[in-house]
Amino acid sequence: MDAVNPLTEAAEAIIEAGGETLKACYQCGLCTATCPWNLVRSFLTRRIIHESQIGLLELEGEDVWLCATCGSCVERCPRGVEIIDIFTAIRRIGTQWGVIPKALKTAIGGIGTLGNPWGEAREGRADWAKDLGVKAFAPGTELLYYPCCTPAYDRRARRIAVATVGILKKAGVDFGILGPEETCCGESVRKVGEEDLFRNLAQANIEAFKGHGVQKILVSSPHCYHTFRNEYPDLGGDFDVVHVTQFLAELMGEGRVRPTKSYPKKVAYHDPCYLGRHNRVYEEPRAVLQGIPELELIELPDSREDSLCCGGGGGRIWMETKKEERFSDIRIQQALEIGAEVLAICCPYCMLNLDDSLATMEKENVLEIRDISEIVNEVI
Amino acid sequence: MERRIGVYVCHCGLNIAATVDVKAVAEFAASLRGVVVARDYMFMCSDPGQELIASDIKEQGLNRIVVASCSPLLHERTFRRMCGEAGINPYLLEMANIREHCSWVHDDGATEKAKELVQAAVMRVYHHEPLEPMEVAVNPNILVVGGGIAGIQAALDIASAGYKVYLVEREPSIGGHMIQLDKTFPTLDCSACILTPKMSDVGSHPNIELLTYSEIEDVSGYIGNFKATIRRKARFVDEDTCTGCGNCAEACRLRGRIPNEFDMGLGMRGAIYTAFPQAVPNVPIVDPQHCLMLAKGKCGRGPKCVEACEQKAIDFEQKEGSMELDVGSIILATGYQEFDPSVIGQYGYGRYDNVITGLEFERLSSAAGPTGGQIQLKNGEPPKSVAIIHCVGSRDKNFHEYCSRVCCMFGLKCAHLIKEKTDAEVYQMYIDMRCFGEGYEEFYERLSTDEDIKFIRGKPAQVTDRAVTEEERGKLIVSVEDTLLGRLIRVPVDMVILCSALEPRADAERVAQILSIGRRQDGFFMERHVKLDPIRTHTDGIFIAGCCEGPKDIPDTVAQAKAAASEVLSILAQGRVEIEPIVAFVDEEICTGCGLCEKMCPYGTLSLAEPEGVMAVNQALCKGCGACTGICPSGAISLSHFTYRELLDEVEALSG
Repeated sequence: MDAVNPLTEAAEAIIEAGGETLKACYQCGLCTATCPWNLVRSFLTRRIIHESQIGLLELEGEDVWLCATCGSCVERCPRGVEIIDIFTAIRRIGTQWGVIPKALKTAIGGIGTLGNPWGEAREGRADWAKDLGVKAFAPGTELLYYPCCTPAYDRRARRIAVATVGILKKAGVDFGILGPEETCCGESVRKVGEEDLFRNLAQANIEAFKGHGVQKILVSSPHCYHTFRNEYPDLGGDFDVVHVTQFLAELMGEGRVRPTKSYPKKVAYHDPCYLGRHNRVYEEPRAVLQGIPELELIELPDSREDSLCCGGGGGRIWMETKKEERFSDIRIQQALEIGAEVLAICCPYCMLNLDDSLATMEKENVLEIRDISEIVNEVI
Repeated sequence: MERRIGVYVCHCGLNIAATVDVKAVAEFAASLRGVVVARDYMFMCSDPGQELIASDIKEQGLNRIVVASCSPLLHERTFRRMCGEAGINPYLLEMANIREHCSWVHDDGATEKAKELVQAAVMRVYHHEPLEPMEVAVNPNILVVGGGIAGIQAALDIASAGYKVYLVEREPSIGGHMIQLDKTFPTLDCSACILTPKMSDVGSHPNIELLTYSEIEDVSGYIGNFKATIRRKARFVDEDTCTGCGNCAEACRLRGRIPNEFDMGLGMRGAIYTAFPQAVPNVPIVDPQHCLMLAKGKCGRGPKCVEACEQKAIDFEQKEGSMELDVGSIILATGYQEFDPSVIGQYGYGRYDNVITGLEFERLSSAAGPTGGQIQLKNGEPPKSVAIIHCVGSRDKNFHEYCSRVCCMFGLKCAHLIKEKTDAEVYQMYIDMRCFGEGYEEFYERLSTDEDIKFIRGKPAQVTDRAVTEEERGKLIVSVEDTLLGRLIRVPVDMVILCSALEPRADAERVAQILSIGRRQDGFFMERHVKLDPIRTHTDGIFIAGCCEGPKDIPDTVAQAKAAASEVLSILAQGRVEIEPIVAFVDEEICTGCGLCEKMCPYGTLSLAEPEGVMAVNQALCKGCGACTGICPSGAISLSHFTYRELLDEVEALSG
C-alpha cells in the first residue's frame, strides 16, 4: 500500500461543517467500545474521527452512514468530543457531493416534496384521525397534538396516535391537529446532513405553528421533542414542548387521568435515546407505568443513560439493516431474559424496529410491544 | 518642593518599539509638567539602562522617576532598588505599562495610547511621597499541617536547622498515604521501610512537637505572627502513660469486627486500636462510634481494654481539647484523596467484588496488610488474570480533566507485583504511557521485556459479568477497543484494578478558607506562580507542598517539602520580615469612628481605638486593597501611594 499525504482541506471542510470538536479527540477508543454497533459487527467510531482529523476519510463507504446518533459515546467521551456533530458534518459534505445511500435519497426526496418519508400523499397526513372526531387546531386551542410522520402514515405506528387521542378526549383536554398544514419535523433530516432541507422544514413548521397561534405542542416522538425543544428556538420557533409521557405524568398527578382497570403484566420500559440520553427524561415514563394498578415494572439491563439503542435514529429508520446486525434483536432478547410480558416503548422508531425484531425472532406469542399511550388508553 | 521628573521609555527590543513609536513618546513626555529629562533606550532593565537613570538622578537632581516599559510585576522591584541605590526613595517611582497593556495588544493607536499612559504616570508620580517599609519581628516557631511524607520531610528539615516545629496531623498517626503503600516505583523500595525511619525521627526529634489526632480550626494574623487554634480530638488514651504494648487492642470485645479504614475496609479492627503496627505515636485511639463504653455506657461486666492495660492509660472521661499556637509561618501539606470510582457505573466498582482501586491493591499487596501480602480475590483465591485500567477519573471532562501523573507508573508497578506473587495474566489498558521521571522509562522497558504483560491501548467502556462465550463465564469482562489493532476486544479476567485519580481532599475548601489561600480551577491549592513559584501562596507566610498542590510522585513531593522548608528557613534566617508600606492610614482629625471601613475590610485590620474614638489600622495586616478608602463617607482613611489626589489626576490624564 502506498503511503499517503494527509489532506488538510478535507479535515478543514469537516471542521467547518460543524465537526470542530474532532480536534479534542485523543483517540482513546471509548466511543468504539461503547457503540452498540460493535455488539453486532465491527464499527470503529474512533477511527472515523481520526480519519477526519487528518483528512483521509472515505466518504463513499457505508460506515459514515451507520451512526444511529444514539449518544452513548457522547455521554462518556472524556474529551467532550461532540461525535454526533462530527458525523452530521461528514454527512453534510457527503450530501453536498451527492454521496448518500439510495434509501436515504428516497426518504429525503419524499420529505422534500411530500412532507413525509414514506412516499405518501401530503394531503393524507390527517387520514389516521378521520373517524376519531378530532378538531383542526385553531387560534385559542390549548394544545397542538403533533403525531409525527410515522404514526400519521405507518399502519402499525398509527396505534400510537389513535391511543393518544383516546386519552386526550377522555381527559377532556382541549387539543387540535394541523394535518397537512404541518410537515416533517426534520430532526433526522438534519442528522443525515441535509441542513438546507432541515431549515426549510423548520421554517415551514414555525410559520404554520405561529400562524395558527400554537403555544404548546404535544408530541409522540422523542425525535420531534428533541428538535422542537432544542433546535427550533435558534430558528425563531420557541414553543412549549411536552412529550406524551411527561403530559400523562402531569395528568395522572392532577387526577385528570385516572387508571381504573388493572394491567396485571410484567412490563419492561425501554428508554428511547432521544428522550433519555439526549433530553434526560427518565422518571416520568416510569411514573406513568407505576401509576397503573397491578402493573409490575421491571428494569431492563442497560437502562436509563445506558439504554441500548433500537437502531432507528440518525436516519437509519429509513435504511435497511441486515438481519444479523440489528441491535433491536438484542433488546428483545434482554426483555425475554428478564421475563417481561410487555416491552413498553414511547417512540415510533422504537416501535417499528423492535416490532420487526420481534417478528423475525418469532417471539410474538411471548412478548408484546406496546406504546405507553396504548397501555394507558386501555386502563382509563 | 519642585518636582524634577525623569521619564524613560523602553524599546524592549522590538516588543514595544515594533508597535509604539518610542521616540515620539519620549518627545511627548518631555513636554509634560515637571519633566526635566525624557529618554528612550533599548532595554531599560539592563545594567546600562539602569545606569542611565541612576546617573541622571545624580547629575540632573531628579526626584521622581517614570519608567514606561513592561508590567510592574516584572521589574518594579528592579527599578525601585535602582532608585534606592541612586539616592532617592524607592517609592518615588511610577511605571507605565506600555507593553502588556499596549504594544502587545494593539496595532493601531498603540503610540497614542502609550503617550496617554505615560502622561497618567507622570501626573501620578508627581504626588508620590517617600515611604519606608515596615519591619516586623518573626516568631521562630513553625506550623506544619499534615503528617504525610511532605509534612514529615518539611518538619525534619526545619527541625534539624534548629527551629521548633508543630506538626499537626488529623489521623492518630503520621505517615499519610505513603505508609499505606507496598512497594514504590521505580526502585521497588518497600514504602514503610523507607518512611518509618523518618517517622521515627519525627517522633523523637526534640524540636518537633507532634500533635496527632488534631486539626486546625482557625488561623489569624500575618506573616511572622500567626495564631493557630488547634482542636485536639479525644483519644481516650493518655499519650504520656501509654507504652504502646497493644494489649488493649488484643483484648477488645469488638476486635476483628469493625472495618479498618487504614486497610480500605479490607481488614478489621476493634474499637480500641492502632491503625498499623509502625504507628507514630504508637498510641491507640478509641472509636467513639463503635466502642460499647462510649456509645452505650457499658461494656459487658467491664471494659476488657482497661483490664488489660497495665499502665492504666485508658480514660473514657478524656475530653476534646484546644490549643493556641503562635507561629511565624505555616506549611500546608495535607495531601490528596483517592477518587471514588463508584460514580462510574460502567466499571462496576462497588457492584462487583473484585473490582478494586489503587489503594485497595496496595493494602492487599502489603505484607502487613489484611491478607498478609497475598494478592487474592474476595473468595481468597489468587487471580488467574488481572486487568489494570488507567485514567479512571483522570483526563476525563466528566470527572477531572487533569492527568494524575502517577497512575501509569503505579499501573506498571501493580503489574510487576502481580507477576511476582501470582501466575496471573496481566493486561494494562492505557491511553498513553507516562513514564517521565528518573528511572521510569527504564522501568517500563524492563517490565515489557522481562515480564509477559499484555498492553492494550484503549479506554475500556465497561466491566461486566454478563458472559457471551463459555470462556467468559464466571469472569469479569473488560470491553475495550484495541485502538492499535482497530478491533473491539472483550478481555475476561478475575480481577480489575482501577487506577483511580488523585483528587483534592473533600475539605480543601474549608482549609483554604481557614488559611485565606486560593484554590485552582482543578481544586488543588493555588501556588503563586505555576512555574517559578510553586511553593508560596498568595498569602505571605503560608506555603504549600506535596499533593495538596497537585498530584505528584514521592520524589517531587519530597523536593517540594524541602523547598517549603527552605522558604521558611529563609524567613527565619533574616529574623524579621519587611512589609510593603502601601497601607491605609487614618486622618484622626476627620475620622468619627463610624466603623464602616472595619465592616468593609476583608483582612480584619481595622478596629476602633479607645478612648480617641477613631479607627486604627494594623498596618502589618493591611494588604493595601483600598476598599476602606472607597467606603469612608468623610474621606478620613487613605491609602499610601494611592491617594485620591493622584488617582484622580491619573484618571484625568487618561480621559483626555
